[in-house]
Amino acid sequence: MVTSRDDFSIAIRSAFLKKSVKQKFSLLALIIISVVLLSLESINSKSLNFVRSAIKDVIYRTSFITSIPGNIISPMFSNIQGHFELYEKYEMVKLELQQLNDQQNQINYLKIENNKLKKVIDDNSVHSYETITSKVLVDKESPFLKSVILNKGFNSGLKKGMPVLKGSYFVGRITEVNYLSSRVLLISDLNSKIPVIVEPMGYQAIMSGTGNEFALLDFLPKNHQLEVGNLVYTSGRGGIFFPGIPIGRVELVEEKFSVIFFTDLNQLYFTNVITSEPMTGKQ
Amino acid sequence: MNLLKNYSINRFLSLIPALIMFFLVFSETDFSFENLNFLSFNLIYILIFYWILKNPDILGYGFIFLAGIVNDVVIGLPIGVSSITYLILSGFAAYLRYLTVQPSLIYDWIVFVPSIAVTNSVYYYILRIFFDINVNYIALVINTGITILFYPIFAILFNFLSKIIATKR
Repeated sequence: MVTSRDDFSIAIRSAFLKKSVKQKFSLLALIIISVVLLSLESINSKSLNFVRSAIKDVIYRTSFITSIPGNIISPMFSNIQGHFELYEKYEMVKLELQQLNDQQNQINYLKIENNKLKKVIDDNSVHSYETITSKVLVDKESPFLKSVILNKGFNSGLKKGMPVLKGSYFVGRITEVNYLSSRVLLISDLNSKIPVIVEPMGYQAIMSGTGNEFALLDFLPKNHQLEVGNLVYTSGRGGIFFPGIPIGRVELVEEKFSVIFFTDLNQLYFTNVITSEPMTGKQ
Repeated sequence: MNLLKNYSINRFLSLIPALIMFFLVFSETDFSFENLNFLSFNLIYILIFYWILKNPDILGYGFIFLAGIVNDVVIGLPIGVSSITYLILSGFAAYLRYLTVQPSLIYDWIVFVPSIAVTNSVYYYILRIFFDINVNYIALVINTGITILFYPIFAILFNFLSKIIATKR
């Protein structure tokens, strides 16, 4: 091992500037190009966005094709396991169905009663919205960032900020739209902040993702009386999302009140993107 | 004819590390352990460090740069972050290569520790300071630690591949 100061500087120079016969670029040149690319990220011009969108569309499609073998193999194990547990699951589902039928009867009664009461107080607000069904193209979740790619982009009318559901449950919002694809930031991501309401108390809060299977509730009232089992819905505050979209249930995680999502965010195959605007209800 | 066959086999073998790298960045392959998602490791870091250290012609800097761009697009990071981190790691490996007279796995492993620590710090600070993107710090530290632990295992496997390539040549 060489130790003199000159040799150190020669080694650094060689490492960053020298290129071998087969190398076309030096390390330093490529680092400079990367820095330039990074600084271009903050520039929002039409032509740059078009190039970025085209590159992303191509890469997402290639990523989808490359992931096919993995996507075929990994569900096979759970399928085999599922076959072994078939009877046990059937009995459980039968029991659940019975309970759900009972609940449905109660809900039907409450719906009728609710409609009657709404007529009495003259509340005409309608929370119906238009959705576009979209397939999850890539769900490469980095251990640090949680997002998925959908196979529809601005050619299908998707826009930045639109809420994304799985079934009727809220799972995230669109943060990037390309021509043929778009990215959804999941509610579990550290950067996700959603205005929510906790029922039945009606507490307003901000739900922050943790990077795990649960989220935390920030900005709750000081003397709140949250209970395990309380339900969390979008509050619709700020007019970003429709109010009343179910998200999850309050549970205690590491002795903190947290939101456990209704949907398993690792099992997203099809999603519904709400394309209507929350304030007007129009598309 | 035999010469041509040998050349093709050798060419294919030489492309394996680059193919693995592009497969990893394009596909959804995520080296996290079943039911323990926070326990993951970064095989691309090991791959880049090893091949730049042992044979930089196999995994060119241009390929590494492109792999970084693809990784950023697939994961959803600002384009250029992964390229910078991969190239910094390559810088460490290249520097070690120019400095080392007698290569040894233990010495490479020891240098891999500060290299990956600096690389992941750059990654974290670029995202946090310049783009205000929150990154799960604990997950990143655990990922760094496990990647370090796995280095010797993959280095031995890559050594085996490297020897096959050398023999074919």
